[in-house]
Amino acid sequence: MSTEDLDLSADEEEITAETVLKTLQSAWQNERLAPEILPHRNDMVECMLGQIQHMERNINKLPKTDLRACIHKMELNRIKYIICNYLKTRLNKIEKYCISIVNEERQRTESGTNYLTPSEFRYAQEYLVNMENHLKNTVLNHVPGRMQTFEHNKMAVYPNLQSHVFLKANSTVNGIVLEDMIGDQDEEIDLEEDSQHILQYKPIADLVKNGKVQLV
Amino acid sequence: MFGEKVIELLKEADRNRETIDQFNDEKIRQIIEEMHVLFKMNMDDANATTENKSLWTTVQVRHSALERNKRCLLAYLYNRMDKIKTLRWEFGSVLPPDVRELLSDTEYDWFSKYSTNLAQYMRSLGEDIGYSGIDLTENLRPPKWLYIEVLCLTDYGKLELEDGDVVMLKKNSRHFLPTSECQTLIRQGVLKQIV
Repeated sequence: MSTEDLDLSADEEEITAETVLKTLQSAWQNERLAPEILPHRNDMVECMLGQIQHMERNINKLPKTDLRACIHKMELNRIKYIICNYLKTRLNKIEKYCISIVNEERQRTESGTNYLTPSEFRYAQEYLVNMENHLKNTVLNHVPGRMQTFEHNKMAVYPNLQSHVFLKANSTVNGIVLEDMIGDQDEEIDLEEDSQHILQYKPIADLVKNGKVQLV
Repeated sequence: MFGEKVIELLKEADRNRETIDQFNDEKIRQIIEEMHVLFKMNMDDANATTENKSLWTTVQVRHSALERNKRCLLAYLYNRMDKIKTLRWEFGSVLPPDVRELLSDTEYDWFSKYSTNLAQYMRSLGEDIGYSGIDLTENLRPPKWLYIEVLCLTDYGKLELEDGDVVMLKKNSRHFLPTSECQTLIRQGVLKQIV
């Protein structure tokens, strides 16, 4: 990514457009590969959107036939795709796991560690209400007496945290406990910097969230 | 046998995994009717046999059938909801009439609500920094080319591009347009990409 023409505004916060893009890319990669929803990176998205606006203005100053304009436009399209796909992946997860996400998010909001942005949370709640109403109007209100309840616990879909993921350690992490599901022989492993592994998602979930490992 | 109809319903839906078919109003009505019959029989037997426990097994079996019917009906609806969601991403907020006919009234209702909710979310994106929202449905595929060659399939009329140029889209005319601006038209069937 060429950043010469945008660095001016970004430098003030001592963070370059390039870092923002990199962070966003790894957030996107993690989000696509992790089975559950991850904490949002709205700050990065908004920062990038600001940069895009800025770049678009710069491109418009160039004549249409300028080669530079074409290359920059292409680059912008790719960044836009990343942002859109990132947000869309999150929406898909929110829709699929909406009951469990809304429940967990309520607790998380209380403790101030929310994963969703306010508008995502609003979307999730609205989606759940719409789904419930639709199922009630079509079927549940017409079935006999006690069968009419909408059973949240039976309808909830949970992400499979036991699934395996490929990952790369960004920094050395010691003492990850891998639970033994059948016996009681827990195993402890260390991740070296830049080493790659295939592991169950659950034990390393927190490491993904705090950026110590990167899913690949 | 209990629960037979509901299995038919699911099998039918399973045959067309990719596409959505006509909402089976009649069958659902029949299944709900079966549930009412079962429920009534269970109530009668349960009331009659508080002392005599010989009918309990029958009641149990009927109850399982009821639960099963309910579960399968919900699965049917849930599965269709997933498909309707895809329609929203493909066609936008207005469905072509032939697709609209496949949905029941309540489903269409749900579609509109889903659509509104999604639109509201997309509008809220980047609000804090003075953006008027992003259309997430525009960038569904990774961008490979900046411009693509397209064939126009219908007499669409004038199309104004972002840079102010106006293109006249006539049937069977060929154009070289920015990819980002013709995605929606391609999905609507106005344009076709020439590879």
